[in-house]
This record gives sequence, structure tokens and C-alpha cells, in this order.
Amino acid sequence: MGSDYAIEAEDLRRTYKARTGWLKPKRTEVEAVRGVTFTVGRGELFGLLGPNGAGKTTTIKLLNTLLIPTSGSARVCGFDVESQTREVRRRIGYVFGGDRGLYDRLSALDNLRYFAELYGVAPRDQKRRIAELLDLVGLAGREGERVEGYSRGMRQRLHIARGLLHSPDVLFLDEPSIGVDPVAARELRRTVADLAATGTTVLLTTHYMAEADELCDRIAVIADGRIQALGTPAELRHRADGRRVVEVEAYGVPESAVDALRGLPGVRETAVEARGALQLLTVHSDAHVDVQGDVLRELAGIRLGRVDSREPTLEDAYVAIVSAA
Amino acid sequence: MSLLRVLAVGTLMHVKQLSRSPFEMAIALVVPIVQATLAVYLFRSGGEQHRLLEAAVGAGVMGIWSSVLFGSGGAIQSQRWLGTLEMIMLAPRRPVLVILPITIATGLTGIYALLATLIWGRFLYGIRLDFAHPVAFVVAAVVCVVALGMFGLLLAATFVLMRNANALANTLEYPVWLVSGMLVPITVLPSWTGPIAAVLPTTWGARALREATSGGPVWPSVGVCLGISVLCLALGGLALTYVERRARAAATLALA
Ligand SMILES: Nc1ncnc2c1ncn2[C@@H]1O[C@H](COP(=O)(O)OP(=O)(O)OP(=O)(O)O)[C@@H](O)[C@H]1O
Ligand SMILES: [Mg+2]
Repeated sequence: MGSDYAIEAEDLRRTYKARTGWLKPKRTEVEAVRGVTFTVGRGELFGLLGPNGAGKTTTIKLLNTLLIPTSGSARVCGFDVESQTREVRRRIGYVFGGDRGLYDRLSALDNLRYFAELYGVAPRDQKRRIAELLDLVGLAGREGERVEGYSRGMRQRLHIARGLLHSPDVLFLDEPSIGVDPVAARELRRTVADLAATGTTVLLTTHYMAEADELCDRIAVIADGRIQALGTPAELRHRADGRRVVEVEAYGVPESAVDALRGLPGVRETAVEARGALQLLTVHSDAHVDVQGDVLRELAGIRLGRVDSREPTLEDAYVAIVSAA
Repeated sequence: MSLLRVLAVGTLMHVKQLSRSPFEMAIALVVPIVQATLAVYLFRSGGEQHRLLEAAVGAGVMGIWSSVLFGSGGAIQSQRWLGTLEMIMLAPRRPVLVILPITIATGLTGIYALLATLIWGRFLYGIRLDFAHPVAFVVAAVVCVVALGMFGLLLAATFVLMRNANALANTLEYPVWLVSGMLVPITVLPSWTGPIAAVLPTTWGARALREATSGGPVWPSVGVCLGISVLCLALGGLALTYVERRARAAATLALA
């Protein structure tokens, strides 16, 4: 209640126990979150970035009461997530990416009516609130159609509307912009920024660096279940200080050539990203070493497109942090 | 008041979601005809012409029971498959308020079987729908649905705790039909089934409907049926709270 922080996580850990195999059942354990500590101030927009399987969703579910921590503790709006579940739930909204989690054979309107009732929106406010949200996410006019006929992006917008129904104090957004078209994604970013500006605390995960950079007050980069770096986007960018980035568009780079690049003097990291027919090679190096010449020599005989040497961005800082983990 | 509203809106939405399933609709079309036919031929060959309506009602109650058994028993699992389980459990409500509308909805979609069996019985076989106590019949039918919904809650909560709940559900369908006297009078069953029948709300629901159909003291049966069901509700509520906590610990609210 009197708490200064909207979210406090203290040494959160979560292990999943799973049984695999049928004839010979084997117990496996996955340590998804291994000691995560951070706080988020009221009205702050906090980003959680990290590679697939880093433990972002698990962290969010520990905070929004869907999972009980294996150890450690967390409070949301001053309430313990494990023991004061209902108090926490009254104050939070949760939006996840994907097209599941809706009643397909009901209309969007019915979905919202149902969850408004369930989430305790006062009956006299429901109609107005639902209309507002349909408008906000751009589904007004189509609310009468069954969700089974909705496109992926429309479902995602409905998820967002549902998460906002009860005007939560703390909003958990787990990859909310998946499948949403660029224009709608921009609107979504504006909505999220507006919410934060009016006092809603937002915890956001995303794989879009630009989105994180634009929106977040602070970002935690998580990998292997641990926070590897935490700071404002500007502070994180400093993590890549002293580096320079060479980007090369190439066609048909063999694995061996990439390995060779990694061995060049001054090179810190290399990454390959397939973009249709071409591959984008990113080579991080020490700023004082000019590796561009060496890189091009290694790639001799391979068809190349644009070659570029530039200052590091937030994404490069992210790559540096994650690959150091 | 607001509790009733949550339950009512929830039930309405789940009835809509359930009744629009193509699978559900196909079953709803065929099963009552089969049941009406079965009832008529079983009893006609037994020379019990006057029992036809009673038989049709009994067949209808079997329909409600099947719907509750499979719908409620699998309620939590099916919400998990839909991906909605997490979202409904996130509501700042007791789990019982979240799940009860689903199980009552399975009872309500089941009552369609009762109505349809009666209507097909009327049109195909000319069964005369002259109930001894028509008003009591309607009340008993409503109580039966709500009661089975509450019983369904207990099933929903206990089935998720069991590994082979599906197999169990399959084996429970016919015995409960029989033991509760939906098809044949309890008096012709072996005596050891008596105590089992006495604690099943299905027995008292079927009995209340039968009494309303062919005459008898309807209200005591209605009362006992409700009493047992409220007990099931209380037990189911407790079990659900445990189930919820366990699911949060074992990470089974979502599909992995
Ligand atoms: N229910 C589960 N049972 C077993 N293991 C799980 C379960 N959920 C997640 N995991 C494992 O825990 C780890 C962290 O998963 P998590 O979903 O938190 O990652 P993430 O950071 O959200 O990844 P992504 O970017 O792909 O969404 C992964 O190794 C995953 O396989
Ligand atoms: Mg995730």
C-alpha cells in the first residue's frame, strides 16, 4: 500500500519439473529463472528483453500469480504474489502474444462482457468501458463477429482490450505486438506510452529492440534465467561502447567462413541472420581495430551486397550482453 | 447480487460457447431421437404403456447426466486447451465462482436433451405429455440442472487431480444411469446399490422428475437433491482452491 514500488522481485527462482518418456518415465528439471531481483517504480515502463527461453514469460507469470516461485518472493503494489493473490489480481492486467486464450465461438463483445464481469468491472461502467476499448484497439464495428473468424492481429488486439478492461494499476505485456501490423503496432506503442504517462506501471517483453528503445524507461536484459544488465536504454547502449559494427549483406555464406570471421584479431562477436535469399552478417569488433578489410578478405569469392561500418545501436548492445552471458 | 450476476453472465457465455460447437450440435440432434426410441421400445415390449412418459423423462435425465459428466469432468482440461484457463483464473474471484458457471452450463446444454427427447417422443411415438404436476416438473427440472452443475463442480475439481480421468468418466456414464434409477426403477436393482444411489444427487433429481411426471411427493426429493448438491458444491469449492494452488506450483494452468 504505502509501497514506493509497483513491482518488487527478490531473488526469484523457478524450476519446472517435467516428466518425459512414457515407458521409461524420466524426470527432468529446467531452471527457468535463477535468482532475479529488480524493482519497478509506480508509473514506470519497464522492459524485459532476452533470447527465446531466457525466462521472461516465467518471470511475468511469477509476478502475475500464475506461477508460485520455487524460492524468493515478489510483491505487486505491496502485496505478496504468493499469499495475497486476490489483492494482486485486482490490480493487474495481463496480455500475452498469440491467438489462443479467447472463446472462439463467442463474439468479441461477449468475450469482453464475460471478462469484464469476471474481472469485477462495475456493471454500470461495463458498456462504456467496452465501447472505449473496442475503439482504442480498432475493433469497433466488428465486435459482433465471432472470434473464430478473426485474423491473428485482430485476436491480439482483443487480448489487449481484455487486459485493460478493469483499468489495472500494473500491466504485464508479454510480446503484445506479435502478429500486429506496423500501423497498429505503432498505435499500440502510443497506447502503452499513454498508459504509462497516466500512471499505469507497465512490464513489457518484446523481441523488437526499436519498440523497447522507444518505450522503456528502463530495460533488464535476461538470459539463462538471470538478469545480465539493467539500465536505461542509453545506459545499455554504453555496454557496446568501445565497439564497432560491420554489417555485410552476403549470398550463400558457408558456416566455415563465419567461423573464420570469429577468429579474426579484434573481432568480438559475429551473428548471421537470414533475410530471404540474402544473409546479414554482423561483426562486432573493438572500436580501435578496423576489421572491415579483414572481413572482406575472408569473404572473398562470395557474392556480397551492401557493406556498412557503423556505431553500435541498442540492438548491438543487446547482442553484446547476451552473447557474453 | 453481484455474485449472482457473475454466475449468470458466466453461465450464459459458457452455454453459448458450448452449444455452438458443431460436434455438440450433431450429438444434440441425434441422441435424443435414439433415447426416445430406446425408451419407447424398452417399455412398450415390457407391456408398460402407461410408463412411456416416465421413460422418456428418464432418458432425458440420462442426457443431462452425460452432458455434465463429460462437460464438467473435462471442464478444466478443456479450458486449458483453449488457453483460457489462465485468463479466467486470473480473475480476483474464488475459483468456485469461475468454474461453477461452466459446470452449470453443461447441465443447461444437457436439459436440451430432456426437452428434445420429450418432443421427439411426442411426435414420433405419440407419447402424451400429461404431467401430474406440470409446475413442479419445471421447478424440478431447474433444480436438477443446478444440482447437477454443483455435482459437476466436484467432478471438475477431482478429475483434474486424477491421471486417467477420461477413462473414469467413460466408466461412470452407464452405472450412474442405472444406479440412480433413470431407466429402471431402483427397486429392481440389487440391494447393495441402495446406499450409493442414496448419496447421488442424480437419484433424487431423477426421482423428483418422475414424481412430477406420474404423481408423488415431489418436494422432498427436490429438497434432498439440493441438499446433497450444496454439499458437493462446498466440497468442490474446497477442492478447487487446492487444485488452483497446486496448478500454480506445478505450472499446469497453461499447456507447456
Ligand atoms: N510449463 C513448462 N514446463 C517445463 N518447462 C518450461 C515450461 N515453461 C517454460 N519452460 C522452460 O523454461 C525456460 C524459460 O521459458 P520462458 O517461457 O520463460 O522463456 P521466454 O524468455 O519467455 O522465451 P520466449 O522469448 O521464447 O517467449 C525454457 O527453457 C522453457 O523450455
Ligand atoms: Mg515468452
